[in-house]
Amino acid sequence: MTARAKIDQTALVTILLRLADDHLILGHRLSEWCGHAPMLEEDLAMPNMALDLIGQARSLYQYAAEAEGEGRTEDDLAYLRREREYLNCLMVERENGDFAHTMLRQFYFAAFMQAFWDGALESADETVAAIAGKAVKEVAYHLRHAGEWVVRLGDGTEESRRRMEQAVDALAPYVDELFEADAVSDAVAEAGIAPDPASLRKSFERTVGAVFAEAGLETQAVPYGQTGGRRGLHGEAMGYLLTELQYMQRTYPGAVW
Amino acid sequence: MYSQGLIGAKTETEEDEAFLARFQARIDAEEKIEPNDPMPEGYRRTLVRQIGQHAHSEIVGMLPEGNWITRAPSLKRKAALLAKVQDEGGHGLYLYCAAETLGVSREEMTEELLSGKAKYSSIFNYPTLTWADIGAIGWLVDGAAIMNQIPLCRCSYGPYARAMIRVCKEESFHQRQGYEIMMTLAGGTPEQKELAQDALNRWWWPSLMMFGPHDSASQHGDQSMKWKIKRFTNDELRQKFVDATVPQGEYLGLTFPDPDLKWNEDKQGYDFGAIDWDEFWRVVKGGGSMNRERIAVRRKAWEDGAWVREAALAHADKRRARREASKMAAE
Repeated sequence: MTARAKIDQTALVTILLRLADDHLILGHRLSEWCGHAPMLEEDLAMPNMALDLIGQARSLYQYAAEAEGEGRTEDDLAYLRREREYLNCLMVERENGDFAHTMLRQFYFAAFMQAFWDGALESADETVAAIAGKAVKEVAYHLRHAGEWVVRLGDGTEESRRRMEQAVDALAPYVDELFEADAVSDAVAEAGIAPDPASLRKSFERTVGAVFAEAGLETQAVPYGQTGGRRGLHGEAMGYLLTELQYMQRTYPGAVW
Repeated sequence: MYSQGLIGAKTETEEDEAFLARFQARIDAEEKIEPNDPMPEGYRRTLVRQIGQHAHSEIVGMLPEGNWITRAPSLKRKAALLAKVQDEGGHGLYLYCAAETLGVSREEMTEELLSGKAKYSSIFNYPTLTWADIGAIGWLVDGAAIMNQIPLCRCSYGPYARAMIRVCKEESFHQRQGYEIMMTLAGGTPEQKELAQDALNRWWWPSLMMFGPHDSASQHGDQSMKWKIKRFTNDELRQKFVDATVPQGEYLGLTFPDPDLKWNEDKQGYDFGAIDWDEFWRVVKGGGSMNRERIAVRRKAWEDGAWVREAALAHADKRRARREASKMAAE
């Protein structure tokens, strides 16, 4: 029996689903690039990162299913919820846009998750600590890979710089949501299971600041950040994503694959 | 995953007889030919063409399977498919590197693919219509590719032979994975079994065509065999594939779409029906349902990605210039 910190099971399941959904949905978006990347090396790197994200999502869904204790499986959770039950942040569900937008989104997510998994290494919950132990190595590669592209594109040509600036502008409203805290994240942080997202902001800003300085980019503050993902309120693109993701499970209910 | 009798390579050479005899003696002694060794121009050209076609097949082959990543029916299958498609990109990369040892750049080969000048395995001009196609491709298409590629591990050209050893290991894993998908479907609900049967019906004949034209109609088989680029003829490999695959299909409880398929005790192999070579040539020449789309998609990725590649080069140049400037300032 692994050690599990004392906490309301609903809060634990909710936090696990938020994390799992972030990874599944971003992995889905990234995998859409497969075979369409600007160069062969990226046709390898993007599915590679997507594979890491799907792997992390699986560990998180498996643990959520176990913690929930209602006999659901990782696939039930990943495929058979309704749109309003998905708890991912809005940034990860955004359509890919161009390569600058995709890489900047990957960089932001990795910068946040690196700080998150670092904090979760010491989790009072052994399963969460074990997931963090694996994820922290993978996210370090994602951060380096995406960060290098932010620098190359920011510093590269006039066109790449313009596209990177557009990506910074397009993603700016979705950054704040990463750090959003509520009763669920408070309870989880208090129990020592996972870091308080709000506490990760400094680390995130340091990471982004260093890369942006090298890329010659500036961060943008926005007066109105977008929010709602953690409560299941998504953008219009989400329904289409789920239609594709869930197609087989919805078409052949109960079949085993 | 690739296998197809080479299409359109010219193998004639103009070197003198003494040179050709010395080269042939090395081949006959089973020596590996390495990049800087003297070789007949026809040998080099044949290999560039063959390795290039093989590399292009891996790259174009990412598309039909990539088509199902976002719709894979379970997380486990999704992860396996992502890993598989990534492996294929990796095969493309080492094959391009192997071809580069013969003095042709990846950019040149890419241009040839996108202009339609270079061929790739015709099997990828068929569409993946259902999830079962992912199983059938792994089982049949990768299975056919392995038949062709195992002998290539002993190909006389060293870099190609070595690349093939790694490729074959991964392909045989893919083949088992594909068969396992078919097994799950064949043992599942009636709807799932129907998906499996339908996929076998659609992929069986194109898989047999992957070995290329009959030996009697193959133009450059002899020279390739003599140079030990190829070790078996198209028909020999096709027969091996049929003999290995039919029992696997029977084990699944599926039927092959060939009324003439039956065991021949005398030859200790299966007899099978006539291949529709009109269809083969139609698809090779661009008339398959996906020929135009596959190339259009690759061309779009290449063109849309031009600014990214330019930016990467520009950044590398700027960085070099900055480093040199700071070095000079320090001196």
